[in-house]
Amino acid sequence: MGGGKRGVVATCCYMARLFGVRSAMPMFKALKLCPNAVVVRPDFDKYKTASRAIRASMDSLTPLVQQVSIDEAYLDLSGTEKLHGKAPAEMLGELQNNIQRDVGITVSIGLSYNKFLAKSASDLDKPNGFAMIGKAEAREFLAPRPVDFIHGVGPALARQVSQKGYETLGGLQMAELKQLIGLFGETGLWLHERANGIDKRPVDPRSERKSVSAETTFFEDCSDKELLIDHLWWLCEKVALRSKEIGVAGNVLTLKLKTSDFKTRTRRMTLTRPTQLAQVMFRQGQTLLGKEVDGARFRLIGIGISDLEQAGADMADLIDPGALKRARAERAADIAKTKFGSNAISTGRGIRVQADRQSRKQSDTQKTSDQTSRHKDT
Amino acid sequence: MKLTIDRSDLLRALSHVQSVVERRNTIPILSNVLLSASSGSLQLTATDLDIEAVDAADAQVDQEGGLTAPAQTLFDVVRKLPETAEVQLEFLPDNQRLSIQAGRSRFALPTLPAADFQTMNKDEGTVSFSIDVADLKRLIDKTRFAISTEETRYYLNGVYLHVAEGEDGAKLRAVATDGHRLALSEIDAPQGCEGLPGVIIPRKAVSEIRRLIDGYDGVIEVSASEAKIVFTAGRAVLTTKLIDGSFPDYARVIPQNNDQTLKVGNVALEKAVDRVATVSAERSRSVKMSLEADKVVLTVNHAETGHGVEEVEGEYAGEPMEIGFNARYLLDVFQQVDGDEILFDFNDPASPALVRDPTDPASRYVLMPLRV
Repeated sequence: MGGGKRGVVATCCYMARLFGVRSAMPMFKALKLCPNAVVVRPDFDKYKTASRAIRASMDSLTPLVQQVSIDEAYLDLSGTEKLHGKAPAEMLGELQNNIQRDVGITVSIGLSYNKFLAKSASDLDKPNGFAMIGKAEAREFLAPRPVDFIHGVGPALARQVSQKGYETLGGLQMAELKQLIGLFGETGLWLHERANGIDKRPVDPRSERKSVSAETTFFEDCSDKELLIDHLWWLCEKVALRSKEIGVAGNVLTLKLKTSDFKTRTRRMTLTRPTQLAQVMFRQGQTLLGKEVDGARFRLIGIGISDLEQAGADMADLIDPGALKRARAERAADIAKTKFGSNAISTGRGIRVQADRQSRKQSDTQKTSDQTSRHKDT
Repeated sequence: MKLTIDRSDLLRALSHVQSVVERRNTIPILSNVLLSASSGSLQLTATDLDIEAVDAADAQVDQEGGLTAPAQTLFDVVRKLPETAEVQLEFLPDNQRLSIQAGRSRFALPTLPAADFQTMNKDEGTVSFSIDVADLKRLIDKTRFAISTEETRYYLNGVYLHVAEGEDGAKLRAVATDGHRLALSEIDAPQGCEGLPGVIIPRKAVSEIRRLIDGYDGVIEVSASEAKIVFTAGRAVLTTKLIDGSFPDYARVIPQNNDQTLKVGNVALEKAVDRVATVSAERSRSVKMSLEADKVVLTVNHAETGHGVEEVEGEYAGEPMEIGFNARYLLDVFQQVDGDEILFDFNDPASPALVRDPTDPASRYVLMPLRV
């Protein structure tokens, strides 16, 4: 969740799901469905620490670990049986137990012979589950499932496929490949493969990150240009920090705004040179933002870089002798931040936003604890 | 309005003006081109409110008058008519349409009244001079590639045209830069241009002017004021607003004391840079040049996508040095060089390099190195 009454559900426990709460649902709606829910503010530093600890235990099993997100990863365990002296299922069982013991959280594991089925298996038995799909039973297992069981088939495609008379994966298994390709093009081939339990994608540890971004929802819808700019700066600093941590620079800058009536405006620009500097994102982002501030009220602002490449050295500018100096100043501030904490050096804008968020957070915590006490009463 | 015109004349005039029209417009009439027929000619006008392009063609006018019609559709229709066709244009008052007839083809396009078309105020130019079309082409062609697209530095989004004092007298000089490279080209100042205020001609106007003068043989009349500049090539006239800003002091950017000169075959170097850059997957594909006495070694090294090396023969008298450049920027400069050889004047790996074409002393290019 985020920001009390204004936030959305980032994720929710399985109990809350029984009441119909789903992730990405606005908080007010979630609380209407499940008034006794305990709302917890996310603490990404905590999650990152946990994620790193889990990553370390996974790395001890195989070098082929593909981390998809902070809480999801694929492991290719082929050939590790001799090394560890036990079968993959045993290894994973131990992994699950160790994580619960050392990190204190439960994980769900799916074991199969490719990524699609492993992912499907991990969804079968949540939370703290363990499911296996073997090669021999894969087709049989898939046959009765609906078409949208395939990860990546959304409502639109599911409708399209069912209109052609395929309601289940079994139906797709029976269909001729040629026919599916005729009906759905390349997607037809993909449907055929998945329905038959085929997925040739390797577990790729270097699978690349596509973008770095940050966004925030305002406590109250905002149309004030200065306030939007303050938040833009704060977000640029976050994106820059992350980009510097992982050593990437982006060629494309994207500004995202969501209006009070939930319409998303996305504006992007190609930079003349890839950047990971907050000041560059901010300067260019302001140009994008300037064209959107038209009296509309916004509930969310986000900024991100994409079309990433390995970050190179900062460059001097022919006609802006200050550019390199400013870049160096930002780097120097970064070093100070790692030594003395992230608030050691900030700009006026950054301090304003942080102070604002801090005071809101306190009143928010109040609200959260209110909800907690109500929960206890019942 | 009723007239007959050769398809090729109509197409030529249309192609000169229609690209000024923006593809997407919220104001409907801005998608239209103005057609005005009077005494033996058809005049076409297009505008995006910042640029106005006018051209005319001979026509047999049976009935004078004016209207506006969708520029893109009209252009596409005329373009697809048989080459030798005679085209009849006629306004149909009953349904307010423009009828186009050629051979057995008949079209009717919606129109909007000519009176609603926005034409630009013609303020009196403070400076007027003539420039040879070849000279104007050269000033544009040698510099336009370096125009910046960065909106935050809007004053770089065009070519800066001004009068400067050269070694052998006054010059009319064009400069463009995006902060990473700079291009400069000049001609002897044409008579009458002395009072020209430094003007920044926006990028789109630069391409429109270039289109207008392509294939034109003769002299271009230029008339400039603080806010606008007008180029007249025969019956074709292009008026553009200027970028309201001041172009930075570029002179201090042009290296004066770069004394380590590399002389190398332009085509050989271009091909080699293009080849080695293939292995880099990044946009800012950086190419390292290692300078030695009799050759330059080009290297592209990327941890994941591969490694490429090529040697090119050259003459270099300076200290051995390694310096990196964006491959695309290098290729852009090679394109400007007409002669067989290209000269690079270096100072050190962190300072801008001056690039020259020995056959064209009136043009200079500056490239900012990348750190490699």
